[in-house]
Amino acid sequence: MLTPQIAIFLILAAVAVAGAVSLILQRHPIHSALSLIVVMVALAGLYLLQGAEFIAAVQIIVYAGAIMVLFVFVIMLLNAGEEERTNLSRMARFVGVPLSVVFLAEVAFSIGRATSRLSAAAVTTVSTRELSSLLFRDYVFPFELTSFLILIALLGALVLARREGTD
Amino acid sequence: MNELAAQHPLLVVSLPKIVILLFVLLTALAYLTWFERKVVAHIQSRWGPYRVGPHGLLQPLADGVKFLFKEDVTPAAADKFAYFLAPFLALSLAITSIAVIPFGPKQLTIFGQTTPLGIANLNIGLLILFAITSLGVYGVALAGWSSNSKYPLLGGLRSSAQMVSYELALTMSVVGVVLMAGTFNLSELVTSQDGFYWGIVPRWNLIATPMPQILGLILFFVAAVAETNRAPFDLAEAESELVAGFHTEYSSFKFAMFFMAEYSSMITVSCLATILFFGGWLSPFPQTRLFGWTHFIPAAAFAAAGLALVAHGVRYLTLFGRVVLPVLGIALCGLAILCGQPGVIDFVQGPFWFLLKIMVFLFIYVWVRGTLPRFRYDQLMNFGWKVLLPFSILNVVATSLAIVLAQK
Repeated sequence: MLTPQIAIFLILAAVAVAGAVSLILQRHPIHSALSLIVVMVALAGLYLLQGAEFIAAVQIIVYAGAIMVLFVFVIMLLNAGEEERTNLSRMARFVGVPLSVVFLAEVAFSIGRATSRLSAAAVTTVSTRELSSLLFRDYVFPFELTSFLILIALLGALVLARREGTD
Repeated sequence: MNELAAQHPLLVVSLPKIVILLFVLLTALAYLTWFERKVVAHIQSRWGPYRVGPHGLLQPLADGVKFLFKEDVTPAAADKFAYFLAPFLALSLAITSIAVIPFGPKQLTIFGQTTPLGIANLNIGLLILFAITSLGVYGVALAGWSSNSKYPLLGGLRSSAQMVSYELALTMSVVGVVLMAGTFNLSELVTSQDGFYWGIVPRWNLIATPMPQILGLILFFVAAVAETNRAPFDLAEAESELVAGFHTEYSSFKFAMFFMAEYSSMITVSCLATILFFGGWLSPFPQTRLFGWTHFIPAAAFAAAGLALVAHGVRYLTLFGRVVLPVLGIALCGLAILCGQPGVIDFVQGPFWFLLKIMVFLFIYVWVRGTLPRFRYDQLMNFGWKVLLPFSILNVVATSLAIVLAQK
């Protein structure tokens, strides 16, 4: 029973997982960053599939369009080269693979147990209007508090980045 | 056929629309280069392209052929994957963004399926547009980095910093318009500007109550020129300092792809400025009996242009021009007759005014390029962060206040 929705979901999910795997496997930081962008755009597609248009657009604008641009910018600015293999990263291959398999199994098990008790949720499109009235009316205090936190982090970064002696 | 259309609307209705729009857009891109060269030439008291075809009209074709047949050089030290990806990314993103633009109010009916004039009518059209443009920076950044060469890297760094900085002002400058219309849907943004003050002045967002968005328009256009890396903000490719900036190492059709991406974003920005501030496809004249004659403006404009072209063409320098220009003129007259037909006349109103407004913006783009000197980099950053951004925030605050006061 392959409806278009399921087909699109499978394609996007495959792209997201492939991007995530490629992110780990790529040796060059720029290629890793590009893989991460692929993951984010695929996630935006998944949000869209769930009817969350606004979140999908914001996902691309903020994560893919702003944050990852800064990542790429810094990598370009520092001209970071390919990562080198050290003794520690060889060890990671022997310990990391079994650990990640265990972790994946754990996640799959708990998701499987949780979803067996859930019924399929109806996909409803959440309009931007509803979302914004939730954010700016019902949850305005936590929302503003979060932005305040981000502002503090920003100021902290500014203070740390400023050189000693300059005003 | 109707049944097929009902079963597969995507295949029968959307696909032809996409193909037609792509064809029109690519032709428009080609002739936009001709238009720019002509206008800049006349600003500088030159003739511009004149030799290839009458008035250089076949110049874009010659350029295209040249791009295709040039040797495609890849630098030996380039990062091959990113080097190939960058122009592809730049062009495909620039072209994709045109898909959400509505070109007119009329619904087309193809094989019993009604469909909007434009490819997609989305609830969050404006946001999707910004999402796509915000990804456009990767084309430039990757091109600069992957060439593995000094000047491209500097150009790429410059323009990614520039595009990230000006994107803020660009997004903030349209918030005023969105607040007044209360929607992100581009079609609804246009219809919200329908109506007239005192029965004569159009209610476009530029001059609409409660808060005319003149400041918004200026901020939007300046930020958009910077966002599309055009003069006077073309520091990414400042030829006096950086050879050609981020695309120095690109040749042949890969270079052409960057070129086309730049012109395509110009068209998108002009469309957006028209939709947001100038009432999109809405006619500047009220639809009353007194102004009934304005329905014939498209037909009259095409007829006048066609007749002028015929009159000019028969006296042209070359024999080739004496054939081609009158034929073009007669074709325009034919279009004029078609636009005067009942049924067609209502349909062409929207697209006609929309295209006219877009062309005004494209002219301003070229005009600015032909007259203003390039910014220095520190001036650019100061201007973006210390002038554009504060003013765009001011615009948001003032508009919100005006709306709240008007509701009381």
